Amino acid sequence: MLKPVSVLALLLSAVTTVQAAQEVNVYSARKEALIKPVLDDFTKQTGIQVNLITGNADTLLSRIATEGQFSPADLLVTTDVGRLQWAKESNLLQSAQANEQLMRWVPANLRDQDNQWFALTKRARPIMYAIDRVKPEELNRLEDLTDAKWKGRICVRSSTNIYNQSMVSALIEQLGEQATLELAKGLVKNFARPPKGGDRDQIKAVAAGQCDIAIANTYYLAGMLTDADKSQVEAAKKVKVFWPNQSDRGTHVNISGAGVTKHAPNAENANKLLVFMLSKDAQQWYAEHNGEYPVRSDVESSELLKGFGEFKAESIPLEKVGARNTDALMLMNHAGWK
Amino acid sequence: MAILRSPGPFSGWRSITLTAATLLALPILLVTFSLSQPQWLVWQHLADTVLLDYVLNSLMLAFGVGLGAMLLGTSLAWCCHHYQFPGRSWFEWLLLLPLAIPAYIIAYCYTGLLDFAGPLQTTLRETFGWGYGDYWFPEIRSLGGAITMLILVLYPYVFMLARNAFRDQSQSLLEASRSMGQSPQQYFLKVAVPMARPAILSGTALAMMEAFADFGTVEYFGVSTFTTGIFRTWFGMGNHLAAAQLSALLMLFVMGLVLWEQYSRRKIQYYYQGHKRQTQARTRPAGLTRWLLFSFCSLVLALGFLLPLAMLLHWAWLTGPEQLDARFWRLAWNSFSLALTAALIILLLAMLFAYAKRLKSDPLINAPVTVAKLGYALPGTVIAVGTMVPLAWFDKSLDALLQACFGISTGLLLSGTVFALLFAYAVRFLAVSLHQVETGLARVKPSMDMAGRSLGLSPTGVFSQVHLPMLRASLLSAVLLVFVDVLKELPATLILRPFNFDTLAIRTYELASDERLADAAAPALLILVAGLLPVILLSRAINKETA
Repeated sequence: MLKPVSVLALLLSAVTTVQAAQEVNVYSARKEALIKPVLDDFTKQTGIQVNLITGNADTLLSRIATEGQFSPADLLVTTDVGRLQWAKESNLLQSAQANEQLMRWVPANLRDQDNQWFALTKRARPIMYAIDRVKPEELNRLEDLTDAKWKGRICVRSSTNIYNQSMVSALIEQLGEQATLELAKGLVKNFARPPKGGDRDQIKAVAAGQCDIAIANTYYLAGMLTDADKSQVEAAKKVKVFWPNQSDRGTHVNISGAGVTKHAPNAENANKLLVFMLSKDAQQWYAEHNGEYPVRSDVESSELLKGFGEFKAESIPLEKVGARNTDALMLMNHAGWK
Repeated sequence: MAILRSPGPFSGWRSITLTAATLLALPILLVTFSLSQPQWLVWQHLADTVLLDYVLNSLMLAFGVGLGAMLLGTSLAWCCHHYQFPGRSWFEWLLLLPLAIPAYIIAYCYTGLLDFAGPLQTTLRETFGWGYGDYWFPEIRSLGGAITMLILVLYPYVFMLARNAFRDQSQSLLEASRSMGQSPQQYFLKVAVPMARPAILSGTALAMMEAFADFGTVEYFGVSTFTTGIFRTWFGMGNHLAAAQLSALLMLFVMGLVLWEQYSRRKIQYYYQGHKRQTQARTRPAGLTRWLLFSFCSLVLALGFLLPLAMLLHWAWLTGPEQLDARFWRLAWNSFSLALTAALIILLLAMLFAYAKRLKSDPLINAPVTVAKLGYALPGTVIAVGTMVPLAWFDKSLDALLQACFGISTGLLLSGTVFALLFAYAVRFLAVSLHQVETGLARVKPSMDMAGRSLGLSPTGVFSQVHLPMLRASLLSAVLLVFVDVLKELPATLILRPFNFDTLAIRTYELASDERLADAAAPALLILVAGLLPVILLSRAINKETA
């Protein structure tokens, strides 16, 4: 009678001890191609094995929440601030240790005040215009795009997209609900077509003449300029970046970021990885390979990004942007932004 | 009546069947339970703004795809079955190939080609000096575009089922109808199609369910449907209850579809009419008609397969072979082995349920099976969450129990393993397999069981010597369809997979969703190749049986 029980116990203890090796488990909303090289470097330098699952941020959050205290996740990596803030509010994150370094490297508005999440890179969302049909002097603030002169000339992707949701959240935080609704309605009125496709598709539509102005993240333009497909490079060359709202609040900026999870079995290693991802090498890698802006002021952005020009970014604390997401989506529903 | 002994109330088979059916129904029931906490505020907001769009677009999409797939699939099946024309025997399996293309991939391909900024329209503009708004061109990114894309990859469901059904029709039927003075057209409309109706409708229902569940295509085309609405409500508004309630509403539509399909099948008992099949004498139409038939089949093949294939090859050519490293082949192996395992397990489950129903219709088993079948129309993400919750509950309860009894902590035993994936696939794709097995089994007359028994066969003997040979084509089709479906499956795999476990579909999606279509081409091509192999092998096996 005792025997099968002890065999079972032995098996079970074997299962549990496997996890004791030096490792760190990453749940990442960053696509594999854009995180694996950095993780491989980390393993090379520290000998700590990195296990990775990529996926949609929301479903990763659901998974962490469902797994609860047994969740193997150590570090959560997302590509926008809304999800990080959400993770914090759902009580899925813990404060990072080793935070002197992190505090020094990451500006205060780009991290959580309780150190539960930190920005890794910045992603700017400016206006992009057709060189041959729009003069940069015609452009100034995002709000000016609601003017009747832009009727049928603007392309933006769907409001299902998180970048638009975060942009509108930030606007609500800075302009208030009413003014943002006006702005959204005005934009929708000037859409050249119902929103469809991704950011690259908006840029391509500008290049092809379907619209004159697009709102898109810079790394999509950078990606097109370095694409293997020549037609993408051609299209990207017909388009230029304009930084809106330089005389007031600045251009909208979102982040990719990370936080250590609440029940992280390897919290210490997760902290090490977090610090590593903010190291100069890693920061430079992201700037070079995905056209994103480093969060550290002592790391330069890539030559390609410098070509888009310097700009002033929004300075509101990003955690407030994350908290506004639902309001933003409902507002866009009301404005008829599909 | 009970020729293969019907199981008693406490037999082992019955409890296994019942347990399996209940477990598979669980994730879907979980979604339904969300209705007990109505989210009035969100519903009010949705009703004021976007709900009508969701309902209308979803219905138009499903019915458009259903109608299109039915007409295209049935007519192609009839051409290949009834007529002799150049390349006919090739088209029999070539026309299945679009199955291997994920709907969102074909959508990317056609958008690349037909979009305003694409090569076709650009060439038109450059040739004629037109600008935006000077000319009319069909907008690919629209509801109509989405319907067309889905028809192109889903018609093979109808084609495959209809073709099997036509094959089973006895030659003497044709002769009888001819001798009564009916024209071939009349035979097609009045005899062949009505007799193949359960198969055709079954295929159509599958296509419609897949259309209801589609997310990738409609999202890319900017068409608001239930699935995009579920995602917006869940992720954008962070309200998973309201999202689950939207899913429950979607299931209501699908439930209607399933009941309609079952009802239409129940009206007549369709059984395979006795005779051993004679060699099919195909009609040889006049020269021009033969080439018309050839062109029709070629056109569908070109649009559904060759053109997207050419686009992918073009993109893959641009990025070069550097992607084909060892890790890439590992992905291919993961995809292939996972799809095959899932297809076989789901086939066993489907046979278990189909036989349970045939031997003794047991409402206690039928009810959860009907519920589990709805899984095919739900977006994979919803199923994945429905799977994750009960599995985590099981793991945590087991851990607590063992802690209390032996002081051992087991942590997560099933969550985050391949088991979780296979479970979710079973919920998602049971309907596909079950449809095939049930339509196959429906053609075996109960009198054949009796004949077999009276000739001294044991119940197992009836199964292996009477049923299996007759079911062969259906079972192979079931394996093939689920295999290809799992190969393409994305959302559930994305959420549930273990650490460091990627598939081709995941790699393709990650690159494509970053709008790096050229880079996504190589893994997408490999999905096609991995899907092609079984399509070719199995359709050969199916053909051999009828040769």
